[in-house]
Amino acid sequence: MSYLEYSVKTTPSGWRKVLYLNWPIVILLTAIACVGFLMLYSVAGGSFSPWAEPQMKRYLLGLAVMFIVALVPIWFWRNMAVVAYLVSLALLLAVEFFGTVGMGAQRWIDIGFMRLQPSELMKIALVMVLAAYYDWLPIKKTSHPFWVLLPVLIILLPTGMVLTQPDLGTALLLMISGGLMMFLAGVHWAYFGGVIAAGIGTVAAVFESRGTDWQLLKDYQYKRIDTFLDPSQDPLGAGYHITQAKIAMGSGGWTGRGFMQGTQSRLNFLPEKHTDFIFNTLAEEFGFIGGFSLLVLYVLILVFCVISALQNKDRFSSLLILGVGLTLFLFFAVNMSMVMGLAPVVGVPLPLVSYGGSAMLVLMLAFGLVQSAHIHRPR
Amino acid sequence: MRRTPKDTAASFRKISRRGMILGGLQVGFAGLLALRMRHLQVDQADEFRLLAEENRINLRLLPPSRGQIFDRNGRVIAANEPSYRITLVQEDAGDVDAVIARLSMLVELDEDELNRALTEMKRSAPFLPVTIADRVGWDAISRVAVNAPALPGVTPEVGLSRIYPNADIYAHIAGYVGPVSERDLNRYEDPDPVLRIPRFQIGKVGVEAKYEDMLRGRAGAKRVEVNAVGRVMRELDRREGEAGSDLQLTIDTDLQDYVQARLGEESASVVVMDVETGDVLACASAPTYDPNKFVRGISVADYAVYRDNEKRPLASKTVQDAYPPGSTFKMITALAALEAGVITPSETVYCPGHLEVGGRKFHCWKRAGHGHMNLEQSLRESCDVYYYDLALKVGIEKIADMARRLGLGETFDFPMSAVTSGLVPDKAWKLRERDSEWVIGDTVNASIGQGFVLSSPLQQAVMTARIATGRAVEPRLIKSVDSVELPSKGGASLGINENDLKQVRKAMYAVSNNRRGTAYKSRIIDDTVRMAGKTGTSQVRNITAAERARGVTRNEDLPWERRDHALFVDFAPYDKPKIAVAVVVEHGGGGSTAAAPIARDVTLQALFKGTPPLEAYPQGDRSRIKAQQERLERERRARQESNPGRA
Repeated sequence: MSYLEYSVKTTPSGWRKVLYLNWPIVILLTAIACVGFLMLYSVAGGSFSPWAEPQMKRYLLGLAVMFIVALVPIWFWRNMAVVAYLVSLALLLAVEFFGTVGMGAQRWIDIGFMRLQPSELMKIALVMVLAAYYDWLPIKKTSHPFWVLLPVLIILLPTGMVLTQPDLGTALLLMISGGLMMFLAGVHWAYFGGVIAAGIGTVAAVFESRGTDWQLLKDYQYKRIDTFLDPSQDPLGAGYHITQAKIAMGSGGWTGRGFMQGTQSRLNFLPEKHTDFIFNTLAEEFGFIGGFSLLVLYVLILVFCVISALQNKDRFSSLLILGVGLTLFLFFAVNMSMVMGLAPVVGVPLPLVSYGGSAMLVLMLAFGLVQSAHIHRPR
Repeated sequence: MRRTPKDTAASFRKISRRGMILGGLQVGFAGLLALRMRHLQVDQADEFRLLAEENRINLRLLPPSRGQIFDRNGRVIAANEPSYRITLVQEDAGDVDAVIARLSMLVELDEDELNRALTEMKRSAPFLPVTIADRVGWDAISRVAVNAPALPGVTPEVGLSRIYPNADIYAHIAGYVGPVSERDLNRYEDPDPVLRIPRFQIGKVGVEAKYEDMLRGRAGAKRVEVNAVGRVMRELDRREGEAGSDLQLTIDTDLQDYVQARLGEESASVVVMDVETGDVLACASAPTYDPNKFVRGISVADYAVYRDNEKRPLASKTVQDAYPPGSTFKMITALAALEAGVITPSETVYCPGHLEVGGRKFHCWKRAGHGHMNLEQSLRESCDVYYYDLALKVGIEKIADMARRLGLGETFDFPMSAVTSGLVPDKAWKLRERDSEWVIGDTVNASIGQGFVLSSPLQQAVMTARIATGRAVEPRLIKSVDSVELPSKGGASLGINENDLKQVRKAMYAVSNNRRGTAYKSRIIDDTVRMAGKTGTSQVRNITAAERARGVTRNEDLPWERRDHALFVDFAPYDKPKIAVAVVVEHGGGGSTAAAPIARDVTLQALFKGTPPLEAYPQGDRSRIKAQQERLERERRARQESNPGRA
């Protein structure tokens, strides 16, 4: 019997569970989503269609999903971890064959009412399966080479498949989040030192291979790296996005140009203004104060996640909560770095704010797991 | 699932420690993002705000309306008329082909223009208007306007385009405008941005080109807000441009019209100048061309007709062609000799028909010789030997100096295209340009305006005006700019002895009034408008000794392009000079037969400011002149009817 099952008697049951939800996280998520609605309303030129209204509906759906997931005991989800992982893997495989091609990459499957991006699902499934793995693995074996190799394979399998879509951004995110899960579980420092050294070597190899027969990345990927490193090189071509994004951001100043007054987004200079670059619209219209506030909201969620995880004496729950927090962090950190010109444009949305269904649903589902772990923590 | 219980306490410690580390790193990274945000939004805010404005605001130039050109009496020479064009916006049209098909039933569409428009449409954004027909008539525009509902996206637009109501008579003076070419842009160091407006027109030739800066005006501008693809969202503000300055020329349209008609299809040119002010009253070069054809973009076929015409209609012969002045140069030789004191007016020189200089025979046009000649006799009968003799006595340097004082070799400040300086040769010039010593024969040739000497009809008129007044008259073409009169160019005294000038003028009077004068047949018998002139015949070919021995071939027997140029200069009235006239008829034969009659008609027309009375002509000429006047009047009426815009 697991540690969890010992404490079952003290966990809340029935509808009383609602009282034990981590309400600050719910409120923070809703606040961030509301920022999203506001911005989507603004970039549509002061209209609920075409973006704000569907986004609101999706958020309500996401909220419902979160509550349902939250009410199911966490041990059920722990037992489902491997299934979730396998299903996600199967879907990734399906995308290879039946996926819809968009922006040069096979990324989603149309399942009628929404487009499912299996790679999004995989982000959570990976966190789940790794948390379950380290929950199951005796602690003494954590740093044993064989038991380290196994999770590495678990991580690399979906990463490789996502890479062939090709979606470099998501593949990197999967790898980083998986690696950090292993770090949280207590794998020896030396492994990470080795991986980082290898990573540096790989980057060197990637650049060295450019233009040779064994070129590791596609030309457009190199191009993105180039323009990231020097956007002014090609201000009207590939560097246009980054340059315009920075202009939008910078022209906001301290307090911004006012709601619906952002010229960069309103006049379409800002690309992908309702998805990847929505943060720039916020920064343009509400300035540093607006952008910083959103950042604080995200950080607060992370803080509440860490607190929740540290309160939780169950190994699976603790790892899961930290993993979900990590996923959220990676989402917004990469997106913000990208739109502020700190990272190449890789196409990662701003969680809960960018327009888009599957990313939001998956994230809400993940927070459902966090809530479930919070409610059903051993007392 | 059954598993053995684990050491949860140990595992929890590890997770909490690493969880704290990771949480701290995350918050730290968030802090980094905040710093970056601060850097962009606070430190660099001004710079980015500026860039955002540059993105957003677009300056659109508003073309200024070009200054008009008028004649001395305020009649229009060049004006702007509304021109209509039809534009199409693809986005609004929907099915472009169907709309064009419907449009072509209403308006005749030019195949080339249409193809060009279709290519342009493929390149440009769908919301930008593309011109599919230019210079459309009012009728066609009305038809389009009435059928607007069936023609989505089609808009009739109005602009200004240049029109020359007098068509051909001002072609060489006013010139014409045309679209800005790459070469035009390269000509300016910092081209006015207005030149980059599509379809903007600038002066290409003549006054239109020379006074381009004044005529063009200053562009206005409007600031518009545009979106990322360049669509105009709204107009922010607008500053109207400044219209170009209006110019008034010194030309008299009536006289110019008459002169042009009088020259007809002859390859000839005439300059009429006011001797007091230097105002150029007429400046005609024939045959002429229609500048309006160039404004619209001349067709290859039309251009070929002009280009291949041996009478060169496109050349402004009045200013850009330099001819040997022939005997009209004799006044200069005479004045130089009188000033140097090598001869007195009454002193005679014997003309045996030729003069031998340095072992070479220089012939007089009259083989038998003129006998004893004084100044007046020599000029009226145009004896060559007399001037050979004078030239040998006075030398080329003094002759060249006199020629320059009388305006030869000078370009003046005259705003027509390709104004030539002609050529006044001297020893230094020959050494410099021909790399050979001046020989005595060159002086002899120059004394009668042959050899190296070259002058344009404009210079000839200036020379005559200067002889008539004794002052350094300069030609003036622009009378006023925006109604502000420019200084007239009467000039200061030339410092030539008035008595010498009187002697030369008297001799010139004899040319056209003495029974023995070379232009006696073209005399004026009205005492108030007597003219003093000089004939000139400039050889286009060399007459060989063999030909001379056979007897010089008569001009009429030569092919046109080998005949002599006929020249005539005059001023009138003799006792109180008002105008100076220079006539050159290319390959016209003799000055007395081809040029003098034209000069007389023009002189009378100018002095009477209209058709002169027949009484001014000698009895014998009247019936012929009457017929000619009637013919010209008929032609003038016919022209006016065919071109109602003509002033």
